Amino acid sequence: MYYRETGQKINSYAEDRRMVPVREDRWVMWAFMVVMFIVVPLIANDYALSAILIPMMVLGVASLGLNIATGYNGQLSLGSAGFMCFGAFAAFNVLFRLDWMNVWVAFLFAGLVAGLVGIIFGLPALRIKGFYLIVSTLCAQFFAEWFFNAYPWFLNYTSSGVAALPPHHYRFLPFQDQIFDLFGLEKDYNAYIYRYFITLIVTVALAVAAKNMVRSSTGRNWMAVRDQEIAAKVIGISVGKTKINAFFISCFYSGVAGAMYSYCYIGNVDFMIYNLRRSFLIVFMIILGGLGSILGSFLGAVFVYGWPIFLTRMADWIFGGGTLDTAFIENNSKIIVGTFIVVLLIYQPQGFAGLWNSVKFRLRVWPFKT
Amino acid sequence: MEYIASIGAAFSEMFTLFGLEVLIGGMLSGVMYSLVAIGFVLIYKSSGVFNFAQGTMLLFAALTFVSLTERQVNPILAFIITSIVMVIMGIIIERTVMRPLANQSLLSLFMATVGLNYFLEGLAQGTWDSAVHGIELGIPSEPIFVAEYVPWLDILVSKFDGFAAAVAIILVVGLYLFFQYTRTGLSLRAVSDDHMAAQAVGIPLSKIWAIVWAVTGVITFIVGLIWADRLSVSFTLTWAVLKGLPVILIGGLTSIPGCIIGGLIIGASEKLGEIFFAELFGGQGIEHWWAYLTALVFILIRPTGIFGEREIERI
Repeated sequence: MYYRETGQKINSYAEDRRMVPVREDRWVMWAFMVVMFIVVPLIANDYALSAILIPMMVLGVASLGLNIATGYNGQLSLGSAGFMCFGAFAAFNVLFRLDWMNVWVAFLFAGLVAGLVGIIFGLPALRIKGFYLIVSTLCAQFFAEWFFNAYPWFLNYTSSGVAALPPHHYRFLPFQDQIFDLFGLEKDYNAYIYRYFITLIVTVALAVAAKNMVRSSTGRNWMAVRDQEIAAKVIGISVGKTKINAFFISCFYSGVAGAMYSYCYIGNVDFMIYNLRRSFLIVFMIILGGLGSILGSFLGAVFVYGWPIFLTRMADWIFGGGTLDTAFIENNSKIIVGTFIVVLLIYQPQGFAGLWNSVKFRLRVWPFKT
Repeated sequence: MEYIASIGAAFSEMFTLFGLEVLIGGMLSGVMYSLVAIGFVLIYKSSGVFNFAQGTMLLFAALTFVSLTERQVNPILAFIITSIVMVIMGIIIERTVMRPLANQSLLSLFMATVGLNYFLEGLAQGTWDSAVHGIELGIPSEPIFVAEYVPWLDILVSKFDGFAAAVAIILVVGLYLFFQYTRTGLSLRAVSDDHMAAQAVGIPLSKIWAIVWAVTGVITFIVGLIWADRLSVSFTLTWAVLKGLPVILIGGLTSIPGCIIGGLIIGASEKLGEIFFAELFGGQGIEHWWAYLTALVFILIRPTGIFGEREIERI
């Protein structure tokens, strides 16, 4: 059996428009879904969930957001963590102040708030070209850090500056209390397994949405503006609308990612974690993963986040526990990530997604060479 | 209504002697930003690359110098060794990172320098260490009481800022003379204008780029020393690049006098904003985004900076 699309006939327009046209690809996709939704919850322990899977998914969504603005639309943004911050605080305030609110609507609201802020800081894009836009996004980043420090109302005047998130914020089912009573389950709503499912559902939904947006005329407009702005204007694409559109959707994703970062990963709301370093890490994730690629955003997130963990684990496994101290790990990670960025930019500008595509291509023509 | 009155009050407070002191202090601290910006402009002028790694080069240079002097190496020898190290680093960077990416888009080049920045961070702190070092260059830091010289001008000016301003002026004048009156300077200008034409005329591109990066390395070292005296050698030095960014965006990416003007504007507006307008926005610490907001306003009016070249876009 070969990995080919020959023999797979298309009998309707709906089949022609499929997101994953090749049958073998669909098998892989469904297998992956089964693993993520069924296998992982059964076998994973809290550490694997909280320190590996959840943050990788959350950062993947954040990278996806940035990839939409930078990879698909060519607007470099160095303020992604600032927008994440707005999202996190929006979700917190809404879940804290409104009793009827659940996490799904809260995340949606977080995305909308971040998206609106993104439009405001993205308006200069109408006048400033590509590279100079980092001024506006850096302004957004510093503004976010200052704003939530200066107005403690948003954190409910918590004296420590950090608000821990209690379980009753995590309302994800209707009649949650009654259902949990019915099944005799403990009401620790912020247990990692529930957080995992919330993150997984949101991530899958957003990734599918992004894939479809990119395949549609919206995505084509983004890419046209990125590649040849003047030519795009000439053929009738409204460049201004497209850029603002891209910014809004990008910041929407960042906002949802920020809310998830606080709720599902860290468990606290704190504006200090949404600093410039976080923005840069997300930029590294999309550079390494591949600009202009949905899969790439996630691959990049896995690599940049996972490398220090991998290194520590490998060293512990080979040399016994506690061999490498944190300073070494940190510096090594910086060197490795930096080197990878430069090497990938030179030899494989499409990043890990590009590498994955060449592997897939090889498989597609196997046993032939090309 | 009250709010408008307080805006008015803030504005009028600026036109006092204290306001003048803040203005001059701000302009002088802005000169520090210009020093960083000069490094950026040099590289952009000659190779069209925006070198984001400027901040870590600052850190690396200062850290090397401080670590050598702490190990009882004679300061002059340490200075020479560090300069040589910076020159070599510049040449290596040009060879390994810039050369292979020469024909890629500006975004790719910029991201390569972002990656390089991260790499150098790890390298600098991995090679030496991440502790905070102090540095003593013997630059006086007492304030000058201007009232002693001009009786009605009762303000204070920092000697340190004056020294930094003097260094900046020397650098700018020196670079100007270099670019205008030497052969190498002429070649550099030719390369920045159009590097394919420069190659066609016989200018050895690789040598020129190596020279530029080497010279920038040394300038970065000097600037790093001054900043380190102000801030002490630690990781926060890398954020200097973020202060230099609004400066070049206002002044224009290809103009060295623009660095100075941009630095004066940013420094002044930052300090004036922080002191007089911070209460209006409900808090302290508006410095950072205020500077970027200023740059944003300037760019909206003149997208390529005050002295920058107008880019002609074609399909």
